[in-house]
This record gives sequence, C-alpha cells and structure tokens, in this order.
Amino acid sequence: MRNLLNVLVIVLSAALGLVLIGVILESPSPARVRLSEEVLMQIGASGVTHPVTAVLLNFRGYDTLLEVMVLLLALLGVLAQMGKQKRENPPAGFYLTEPRMQVLLWLARVLVPLMVLVAGYLLWAGGHQPGGAFQAGAVLAAAGVLLNLSGLLPSWMEPAWNLRAGLVSGLLVFLLIAAAVMTTASPGLLLQYPPASAGMLILLVETGLTLSLGLILAGLFLFLSGDAIDEEADK
Amino acid sequence: MSSLILDLLLVIALLWSALRSLMTRDLFRAVVLFIVFGLLMALVWARLHAPDIALAEAAIGAGLTGALLLDTVGYLRKKQRESFP
Amino acid sequence: MSGALIYACAGAVLFVFGVTGLILLPHLLRKILAFNIMGSGVFLVLVGLGQRDGTPDPVPQAMVLTGIVVAVAATALALALVRRLLSLTGKIQFPEEPEGSGRCWKNK
Repeated sequence: MRNLLNVLVIVLSAALGLVLIGVILESPSPARVRLSEEVLMQIGASGVTHPVTAVLLNFRGYDTLLEVMVLLLALLGVLAQMGKQKRENPPAGFYLTEPRMQVLLWLARVLVPLMVLVAGYLLWAGGHQPGGAFQAGAVLAAAGVLLNLSGLLPSWMEPAWNLRAGLVSGLLVFLLIAAAVMTTASPGLLLQYPPASAGMLILLVETGLTLSLGLILAGLFLFLSGDAIDEEADK
Repeated sequence: MSSLILDLLLVIALLWSALRSLMTRDLFRAVVLFIVFGLLMALVWARLHAPDIALAEAAIGAGLTGALLLDTVGYLRKKQRESFP
Repeated sequence: MSGALIYACAGAVLFVFGVTGLILLPHLLRKILAFNIMGSGVFLVLVGLGQRDGTPDPVPQAMVLTGIVVAVAATALALALVRRLLSLTGKIQFPEEPEGSGRCWKNK
C-alpha cells in the first residue's frame, strides 16, 4: 500500500514536471512588457549605474526592507530555540597556549583585515558593477565566524548591547532614511529617493545593511552551532 | 555550438548532483553533494549573465548553508553516539 | 532553443525533484535539502524565463538575490527546529510517521 502511494507520488510529480516544461516552452516571447528596458530607461534617476543594485535598493527598495525584517525574525527564532546558554565561551587568551591553535590564530589575524577590506570594496563596487550589500555582508559574516572560532571574539554567545545594536542597525538606518525621505522629499511615497541625493542615500543604506547582514548571517551560524539547544533541554 | 554543449553538461551535472544528494544513504555525503550542487548553481548563474547572484550563491547558498548543514550533521552524529554507545 | 530556456527547463526539473523529495523522504534534514533544491529550481525558472530572448533582466535577478538570502534564513530556522525536536523527542522525523522510532537512525 505504501509502495503504491510512493509510486503514485512519483508519477504525479513527473506529470507536474512535464506540464511545467511544456508551459515554459510554450510561453510567448515578451513583446509588451520588457522590464529590462524599463529599468535601463529609468536608471539615470536611480543614483547608481549597476541595474541590479538599482532594482534592489531603489525601484524595489521595500522588498529589501522587508527582507531584512525576515532575516531578523529568523535570527530571533533561532535565538528562541537556543534557550539558556550553559557553557560560556572560553576567555580570549584560552586558545593561545595550544600550539596547533597558532596556525588558526595567525590565519585569523592575517585574513580578517583583508576580508574587511574586500567587504568594503564589494560594498563600494555595488554601485557600478556586480557586488553590493549582500555579498559584502557574506564576506563580513565569514570574517566574524573566523574570529569567533579562533577565540579572538569571545563574547558572542551572550548578545551584549553593542551586538544587539549592530544586528538591528541595518533595519534602523533603512527605516530612518525611508521616514526622512517620506516626510521631506516626496510626501506619501515610500522610498522615493530624490534623484540628486539618491546615490548617497543608497550608499548609506547599503553600509548599514552590510554591517547588520554580516552580524546576522554570522549569528545564524554561531548561535545554531553552539551546544546550547540540547544541553538545556536534556537536563 | 560549444556553448550549447557546455550548457547541457552543466545542466546534467546539476540534475545529477541534486538527485544524488536526495537519494544517497549517507547523510554526510548528501550534504557534501548539496554543497557541490550549490557551487554548480553558481556556475549556472555566471552562464546566465548574473554575476551578482553567482557571488551570493557561492558565498551564501553553498558556503553558509553548507556550513550550517555540516554542523547539524556533526551534531546529529554526536547525539547518535550518546544515545547508542 | 536558447541557453536561458534550457536552464529554465532544468529549474522545472529541479523543482519537481524537490517536491518529490519533500513528500517522500522521512528524514527531516533531507526534507530541508529537498526544500533548498526546490527553491533553486524556482530561482532558475525566474531568471531563465526572464531572459529567454537573450538580454539579461535585472528585475528577476534582484528578486532571486533577495530569495537566496531568505532561503538561508529559513534553512537556519528549520535546522534550529530540527535540533529542538531531536532533543525533545529523540527523533529526526515528524511524529505522525507510522514506521516507528527505529527508522530515523537508519541513515548512518
């Protein structure tokens, strides 16, 4: 009976796949709506010259705004599952005594400044070529994880005030700029940057986003990989 | 013509790694195959003239997701050893 | 048939793989893998269909960029829930499954 059900599921999914491929091949060529041309027509008013960044942070800026909220919610969910932290991270000098940790320590000291530099470059490059806040945030997150694993950033497990402020900084900067633009430059319109200052505002928003994306992504990994979840529930 | 062959090879590798990642018995191997799948996706984005997505997919889709999954597999194995020594 | 259309079709196949895996595989970690593969399929369809006439389209590309980051957040949350479920019940699958508790340790 169960095998029969499995076969039925496989047959139905195969049919779904065939229908999907048929629809994709049958779909007419987009003659009336050409989004790429519309973006290229308006890109002069967006403040940046790279079309993907223009869409991401200007034309559909509220998507990105909501996305940061989703990320924060996911981080809160992970934190809520974590429960109380039992085992604290060892103090900063703990690892220094172990010889095999020297390599990691050296690597962290050499690589992290470079990674911060790369993140800054990616952030700046996003305005005119591939790059931007998400990629820079991912590089920053990797740097944060490396710092934590080598014991140079020990206080991660108990989010202090500065860490919490960093986690929400991207959203706060974004909301502040959205509110400022809505009240002064274009009343009643969400995230309608005035073309003259759009480039500056987008760079500000992206800087905040990079910082807080880096912290959030690193936090997703570090909070999840702590041993806290089971220790607390078992005993 | 040669670019079409490259596209087809890439698609075959993509589908194969996805299928193997779902069907393999060993969980660790499944996760490694999933990371391979993510890196192949990054190549596909580069082929589709989307370097932004390729960067994000390689760093976040393959790197961060892979790290999260590998960490969880290690955690599951540890719990397994504790339950059935 | 252009390259973008090939990738859109591959995306449809990946979506079907993901849906099938999500329904058939009992192990929750594999369900998460299947969910991610399903999402990658959707992204491929979006971008591949958007530029089937050959010119890159920034709108679906920006959407997919957003989607990748959200997918990672969802995966992290799902993994946290899986760990919680394991420490509460000792199983890595949904409790409604009739196979019994021995099943989830089979994947060694």
